[in-house]
Amino acid sequence: MIDFFIPLEDWINIGFEKVTYYLSPFLRAASNFLEIIIGGFEDLLLWPPEIVIMIVVALLVWILASYRLAIFAFVGLLLTFGLDIWEPTMATVALALSGTAVSLLVGVPLGIFASQSNVVERILRPILDFMQTLPSFVYLIPAVMFFGMGKVSALVAIMIFAMPPAVRLTTLGIREVSGEMVEAARAFGSGRWQTLKDVQLPLAIPTIMAGVNQCIMMALAMTVIASMIGGGGLGNVVLRSMQTLNIGMGAVGGLGIVILAILLDRLTETISKKVKKD
Amino acid sequence: MSIIKVENLYKVFGKEPNRAIEMVNEGHKKDEIMAKTGTTIGINNVSFEVEAGESFVVMGLSGSGKSTLIRCLNRLIEPTLGSISIHDKDITKMDKNELSELRKESVSMVFQNFAIFPHYTVLENASYGLKVMGVAKEEREQKALESLEAVGLKGWENYYPSKLSGGMQQRVGLARALATDPDILLMDEAFSALDPLIRKDMQTELLELQDKLQKTIIFITHDLDEALRLGDRIALMKDGEIVQIGTPEEIMMSPATEYVEKFVEDVDRSRVLTAEMIMKKSSTVIHYPKDGPRVALHRMKENDISSIFAVDKQNRLIGIVMAEDALTAIESNETSLDSIIQKDIPTALPDTPLKEMFALMTGKNVPLAVVDEDSKFKGIVVRGTVMAKLAEGGNAND
Repeated sequence: MIDFFIPLEDWINIGFEKVTYYLSPFLRAASNFLEIIIGGFEDLLLWPPEIVIMIVVALLVWILASYRLAIFAFVGLLLTFGLDIWEPTMATVALALSGTAVSLLVGVPLGIFASQSNVVERILRPILDFMQTLPSFVYLIPAVMFFGMGKVSALVAIMIFAMPPAVRLTTLGIREVSGEMVEAARAFGSGRWQTLKDVQLPLAIPTIMAGVNQCIMMALAMTVIASMIGGGGLGNVVLRSMQTLNIGMGAVGGLGIVILAILLDRLTETISKKVKKD
Repeated sequence: MSIIKVENLYKVFGKEPNRAIEMVNEGHKKDEIMAKTGTTIGINNVSFEVEAGESFVVMGLSGSGKSTLIRCLNRLIEPTLGSISIHDKDITKMDKNELSELRKESVSMVFQNFAIFPHYTVLENASYGLKVMGVAKEEREQKALESLEAVGLKGWENYYPSKLSGGMQQRVGLARALATDPDILLMDEAFSALDPLIRKDMQTELLELQDKLQKTIIFITHDLDEALRLGDRIALMKDGEIVQIGTPEEIMMSPATEYVEKFVEDVDRSRVLTAEMIMKKSSTVIHYPKDGPRVALHRMKENDISSIFAVDKQNRLIGIVMAEDALTAIESNETSLDSIIQKDIPTALPDTPLKEMFALMTGKNVPLAVVDEDSKFKGIVVRGTVMAKLAEGGNAND
């Protein structure tokens, strides 16, 4: 046998230790910031009486989408209340939506950047591939190492998982805008930034909205897995039911997730359709 | 005074532009260079000047480099070598800001597929150039409204382009280009995507606008009819080179190369236009031998004509009767046409070309009868029509 061994495991462990050591002030600051976002969001949802949230959500859905979906939202939320999973449901909403928000906050600008530069896109592509194809359990570990158990790690894991579609579809949307449109803007003296702002971004919005939809759905899916590192919410309900072999509890938790998934999916879909029409 | 001056312009697409240009100058062919260097010669040593207020048409088939050339004039495509002066400033040496100023102030463009922004209203589209210039909203909308009115789109300001027909969309494109009041208008196959009738209307309107505005227009087209109609001068391009520049008349009269000749031949309507296409399907005839000189004269009087064709029962052409002969016959109390009918007259077949008809009619004062192979009477061609069609040359298809 040839003597061939790559001590990748050791390298990564040592590397991580060093990185955590040097980065700890920064990590703590980031952690605090994310904590505030997600905690604040969760408190906001849990603070008023349940019925107020139900009505406000239904109204928002009505305004943004349709009355039918608004009815679904109200009934769905009422059901989670009746199933006694209101609190974990709200926790999951807070986690999934703040995860989406952070993903979009980073992902969309990255996508714009990549649309403007072939070099950036070429660098980003393998990284995004890596983020998407890596089994989601694997990056729970570095998340925990950097941020410890808890909602912040969960948020980071969600971000890594949900960001790629936002980046990709933003880049795609902008690059898809017909060359003649871009030429027209440039022919009237628009610079790069103005062309982007006036022409490319507005025309890319339907595609970017598809990215937002994907991003939300992936974030929601990841909340379940992230419950293993303290993400809490409905994922936690499912996780506990697995540990205690409580099929009923698992079904209830699963139902909650399904309700949220349908609601968020239809909502973003309807919004992007509306955007497309205008 | 020339407003645009292009000198020895080259555009090479690909990685080794200099080597490609060397090879061009050594006399190698486009395909050969492409095979050896992997580069494409878009524009090959092009020079021309355009006077202020002139309509300069660049025409050629697709792939001849005309679209590349027009894009070099505002540097949407960077030329590889050579100089382009606009207002005596070499635009190939301009930096980003100067170039942006040039595009805002002096040169605007109309595109083949309109390139109207679908997310803006007609008014927002028309005012886009002014928006880029940083003109205040009220002022730019005012100017945009004026230019929309000039292209006949008043009342459509608040519509989105998707509600407009192709012709109207291109009007928006034209209004957008005119709103900034540029000196130079670049029109890249601006009417090629429109159907023929709308296209003709747009050409007419452009000519009318040009009468008023006196812009310098560079118009790209692959259609010689359009070129002849719009151009004060025409440049013919082939394989990235200009093969001939001249007034429409010069190009038609003395094509410089076989290539131009082929183009021109295509449009020589005096060869293409036939009797059938320009004849009047006249029903004013008399019947021989049934009708006499009185009926003949009466018909002529009724229709304000001075001669009339006679046909038999099967509608076969017999001859022609002149008004003065009919009068003489009436005075001498004749009842038949036999003595006055002229049977030996020139006739044309339905597919007789315009030029031959012209020859048939020279020296004769009567209209030309068009008959088919069985000498059935089809219609008449009057002298004036033939003259007019010959004079019109290129635009004879209406």
